[in-house]
Amino acid sequence: MKTEVDNILETYKGAKRDSLIPILQKLQENEGFLSKESVEKVSKYINVPTSKIYGVATFYNQFKFSPPGKYHIQVCRGTACHVLGSATVLSEIENALKIKTEQTTTDGLFSIEVVACIGACGLAPVISVNGEFHAQVTAESIHEILNTYREKEAKDEK
Amino acid sequence: MKNSNKKFLVEKVLNNTKPFDKNTLLTLKQITKEENNKPIIYIGAGTCGLGAGAGKTKIAIEQYLETNNIDAEIIAVGCIGLCSSEPIMDVKLPNKQRVSFEKVNNTDVNNILDDVFANKINPKHILAQFKSDTQEKWDNVIDISEHPFFEKQERIVLENCGIIDPTSIEEYIAKGGYKAYLNTIRNYKSKEICDLIEESGLRGRGGGGFSTGKKWKFSLNTEADQKYFICNADEGDPGAFMDRAVIEGDPHKLIEGQAISAFAIGATKAYIYIRAEYPLAIERLEIALKKAKEYGLIGKNIFGTGVDLDFIIKKGAGAFVCGEETALIHSIEGKRGMPRPRPPFPAVSGLFEKPTIINNVETLANIAWIINNGAGNFNKYGTATSKGTKVFALSGKITLTGLVEVAMGTTIREIIYNIGGGILNNKKFKSVQMGGPSGGCVVEQNLDIQIDYESLVEIGAMMGSGGMVVMDEETCMVDVAKFFMSFIQRESCGKCIPCREGTGRMLEILELITTKPDNSSNDALVRFRGIMELESLADVIKDTSLCGLGQSAPNPVLSTLKWFKHEYEEHIFDRKCDAGVCQSLRIFKIDVDKCTGCTICAKKCPTDAIIGSRKAAHYIIDDKCIGCGTCDEVCKFDAIEIL
Amino acid sequence: MSYTIEINNKKVEAEQGETILEVLNRNSVKVPTLCHMKDMLPSGACRMCVVEVEGRKNLVPSCSEPVTDKMSITTHSQRVINSRKTIIELLLADHPDDCLYCERNNNCELQSLSNEHHVRNRRIVGKKQEYKLDVASTSIVRDPAKCILCGRCVRVCEEIEAVSAIEFVGRGNKTIIGTAFNEGLNMSKCVNCGQCINVCPTGALREKCHFTEIEANLQDPTKTVVVQHAPSISVSIAEEFGLDSGTDIKGVLNTALRKIGFNVVFDTSFSADLTIIEEVAELIDRVTTGGKLPMFTSCCPGWVKYAEGFQQDFIPNLSTCKSPQQMMGAVIKSYFAETEKIEQKDLYSVAVMPCTAKKFEQQEKTMMQNGISDVDAILTTRELAKLIRFHGIDLKNLEPEMADSPLGMHSSAGKIFGTSGGVMEAAIRTAYYRLTGKELTQYRIEDVRGCEGRKETKIEINGTTFGFAVVSGLKNAEILLDEIKNGRSDLHFIEVMACPGGCINGGGQPINQNIDAIQKRMKALYDIDDADTIKASHRNHMVSQLYKNYLGEPLGEKSHHLLHRTYQIR
Repeated sequence: MKTEVDNILETYKGAKRDSLIPILQKLQENEGFLSKESVEKVSKYINVPTSKIYGVATFYNQFKFSPPGKYHIQVCRGTACHVLGSATVLSEIENALKIKTEQTTTDGLFSIEVVACIGACGLAPVISVNGEFHAQVTAESIHEILNTYREKEAKDEK
Repeated sequence: MKNSNKKFLVEKVLNNTKPFDKNTLLTLKQITKEENNKPIIYIGAGTCGLGAGAGKTKIAIEQYLETNNIDAEIIAVGCIGLCSSEPIMDVKLPNKQRVSFEKVNNTDVNNILDDVFANKINPKHILAQFKSDTQEKWDNVIDISEHPFFEKQERIVLENCGIIDPTSIEEYIAKGGYKAYLNTIRNYKSKEICDLIEESGLRGRGGGGFSTGKKWKFSLNTEADQKYFICNADEGDPGAFMDRAVIEGDPHKLIEGQAISAFAIGATKAYIYIRAEYPLAIERLEIALKKAKEYGLIGKNIFGTGVDLDFIIKKGAGAFVCGEETALIHSIEGKRGMPRPRPPFPAVSGLFEKPTIINNVETLANIAWIINNGAGNFNKYGTATSKGTKVFALSGKITLTGLVEVAMGTTIREIIYNIGGGILNNKKFKSVQMGGPSGGCVVEQNLDIQIDYESLVEIGAMMGSGGMVVMDEETCMVDVAKFFMSFIQRESCGKCIPCREGTGRMLEILELITTKPDNSSNDALVRFRGIMELESLADVIKDTSLCGLGQSAPNPVLSTLKWFKHEYEEHIFDRKCDAGVCQSLRIFKIDVDKCTGCTICAKKCPTDAIIGSRKAAHYIIDDKCIGCGTCDEVCKFDAIEIL
Repeated sequence: MSYTIEINNKKVEAEQGETILEVLNRNSVKVPTLCHMKDMLPSGACRMCVVEVEGRKNLVPSCSEPVTDKMSITTHSQRVINSRKTIIELLLADHPDDCLYCERNNNCELQSLSNEHHVRNRRIVGKKQEYKLDVASTSIVRDPAKCILCGRCVRVCEEIEAVSAIEFVGRGNKTIIGTAFNEGLNMSKCVNCGQCINVCPTGALREKCHFTEIEANLQDPTKTVVVQHAPSISVSIAEEFGLDSGTDIKGVLNTALRKIGFNVVFDTSFSADLTIIEEVAELIDRVTTGGKLPMFTSCCPGWVKYAEGFQQDFIPNLSTCKSPQQMMGAVIKSYFAETEKIEQKDLYSVAVMPCTAKKFEQQEKTMMQNGISDVDAILTTRELAKLIRFHGIDLKNLEPEMADSPLGMHSSAGKIFGTSGGVMEAAIRTAYYRLTGKELTQYRIEDVRGCEGRKETKIEINGTTFGFAVVSGLKNAEILLDEIKNGRSDLHFIEVMACPGGCINGGGQPINQNIDAIQKRMKALYDIDDADTIKASHRNHMVSQLYKNYLGEPLGEKSHHLLHRTYQIR
């Protein structure tokens, strides 16, 4: 049976090694992470050993090997954010969600990632939730932000 | 409308070499929206703008227009560079000059627009207006060029950012875009372009500062069946975001600059390697490339000149080291982004082992301007060794944050105090970090140096990509050094030993200095040894690392050690952090006379470090205390003291 | 173009295109290296080879920097030495520091370097990272804690062997050498060739050891412990005892094995002859009946697993013959056991091999009869050397002895199995005889001799031109297979060895070998060939006897059952 992964791979006909990262990005966009099965398929498709693919995928921050939370929180740890207190913001998020960076909450709702610099230094400290930016966050405002997503989720469930 | 515009722009503008007639000029003004029939509302929707709430503001604008039944156009533009004023909303009424409002949250929209449509200006939110020869001025509103943030700026790279519609190639062409490119491929030889750029004095804006024209010539002079031109848009330096702003706000400027550059070395394939963390920039770039292709500005046999050029966007996957040229090449090739030794240099053997030139976004955004205005008009800006302008990303503890483009040779003081409006909340200036993780800090006594590549290196900082993070008295410099070390340690590729192992050890030493000692004899020994070794380790890492990342990795430590040695000593000998940042160094004590035994501190203490019975004085167990200060915050009787 | 450069204030000549390191080596100036590999592109990772070059701000890696005219180089200034020493100290700071317990104690590049640089205290200390030991493979144990990430194993696995079972995983100081998804090496496509062990500078890679089990059997009086030793062992093991490369100590080896306590000593060269008889019969059968061609040798288990894992289209091309080790094992457990009336449970069969892949081959299902393995345990050359030392045997003072009969006698054709090209040469000698009834007039087939990765020859037999090819290093095999996939059809028989140069350079051979040592081992085998009076497998009368008394015909029912194998897709 043809899977989503096969369909994605078919759009890369004749692809060589230099398409590896775009393919992995596409797969992750689709699955949320890179599964062993899809890596093995990619390996066969573009004839690059799985070890090499794993080596590439573990080199870059972007790739994950387990499913992220429904709301993926990226905490910017750039210089400006640091100077304006992003460390406190990060630990507040960790405490509020009772998980550490690179973990996912047991209900699968939230996961946390630390990123180098989102490039919104003028509005530091910044976090991004599923690509949605929140500027000048504080240890207090973080709870409101998390709550809006929790509420959204509660609504969705109804 | 769009198609007729295309026909007009191709025939009357791109294929026209004579001065424009009156009708053409009018149509151009309509395309650039200087002349408009219905109101236009611009909203700054770059990443910063959106972060500050521009999305909600836009929804409020739409609702306002609908409720009041107003026929107006809404255009999302990039970022004008004044982040601290976001969200920014501009209004262009027919026959009136475009006027700009700052800090426009969704709740402010109704009031501001009510006023504007009644020909009034809301004084609380007004920023400035944009000059036009044909449009009527607003009274009592300063021109944007008189705004203190913009007054001292010279905008070449950022000229269109936040002003034009980044999704409209028409507007870019109508403003004179792609003229330089067509002029180049119609009338110049590759070598002439290299010469011109060399003469302009343009140097790489990504950090190294190598002469752009000279670099191109290495590739131009290498025979090959295929050459590549790569734009490095992997803006990884924390604290720098000008490249993102250019791509989000004026993508065609980059494309045109890179197209000229590719021609200058004889490359027919151009790659743009852009961070995946910049989704909006990628989207804008994709749109822009599609449009440029529709216009025949990229592709095969461009405008009948026989010149071919294809563009490919490659998304980075999150690795700071990929800013290094050979690592970037490996990344495009689908490999781990680890640098390799040079030679061979990429200009001779780069991507797929073909001659390859890599320039960053800001460098390329200068190219078209230089072609249009001549090398002489470019190198009139600047100092003896550094020509043109430089964009700085101003952030940290400063009043006005954002992107500042100034002529080389401007003093740092001018940028911080005149343009940036001084230190946030009138705190005392301590230092400004320049050049990101490879750079260093500039202290008060050096604020008056004129910025150029060499002068910054002399004072132990560097141009880097232009991040300027301002720090005040509440910033701990040892903590800043630790921050950079932890960044570099995380981002080191792990290939060469000094960088991989050495940065980790340096970080450990800094962690020991900034955290509470665990009092075991081993810890004390390690701490003592570490401090002794910090500088010698730094020297070896600088001297032996494979790539620029490692070679400059110790800079933030060495720089802070040089200027703020007393802060290190204070941390080491007095176990104190004056700035109050290194919390775990703080030792708290309860004043037993003041303590009423209310137990609130014991309840709130995250580590159960406070003991005591109800209505009796409490005590802090030092070993358990992490110095977070929660007890101090919750105590209603002022019984907590910091020793 | 010639340059004049200065090394440590002394003028020397250099050629354009040479690296600093090459010039230094040529002039006997030693600078240390860890990641450097001869004849491969420099990686520039370890930074041990840095030198000072006048006019350059930073130290320069000599392995990758080309010389330029009038370059002035200082190799051992205070600055350079201090840097190298710091790099070693940095490596040691995250190293287990358990040299005394380490397989590579006294044979470790990191240990030597730290000794040479007089590292005498732990100047740089800090947290040590925790790593997982990987013992899942039948052949290779990986200990990432001892790994210094020089990358030599990764490069050998990719660039020489075309396998890429391992790769750099993770980034920064979390980088390790790992498999896909950090699974055990057994789950990877590793072919167990062990070339990674040979290039590893530390104890991060070593063979899976059967030492304890063998020792227990040796001490057990109820067991008859039989040992066989592969053709290349006698010309390589001497190096472990400080003798010159290429010294042949076959006789002494037999004596030493008996002294250790092995009851019976056989020579795998015997079963190499046996392999030739079967394999040539198979080749002639394929040629005459229109079977699948070209036929590939199957004596190298690294190559066989590679074919099963990467080149499945070619599985039908593999000869179905077991390897000499397994043929010997099968004959020991059947013919020998029956004639000597030893019960299977009392028989323990050990093979001394230059190879780690043999440890994989030994436990394969197709290598068992009724649930009993043909061979019970494998010792590599290195392990045997340890066993000899363990038993306090002084090789230099032993009288040579003969191997036991009947499985100890061999032709020199069986002996040259130990080098790349040897199997082919042995096969051609017998094939020629089988097809023409005459012996080759010139027994040396020079075209298939030497250290090159690919050797080919064409020989006319009975009016038909036969194409023979020999490759070693699986990357070379991959290239040849690609040619065949693309239509090349002039080849009939191809010998493939996973290790470059064949078994004399096997993954179980003494560490720190250089190309000189390999060439000397190769020469030793050909010298034996020259000196021997029986130069062809079909003239080994003990083999003929075995067929007559027990096996019947080549490719016959009994042979098929005992000496042939099956393959599987992996």
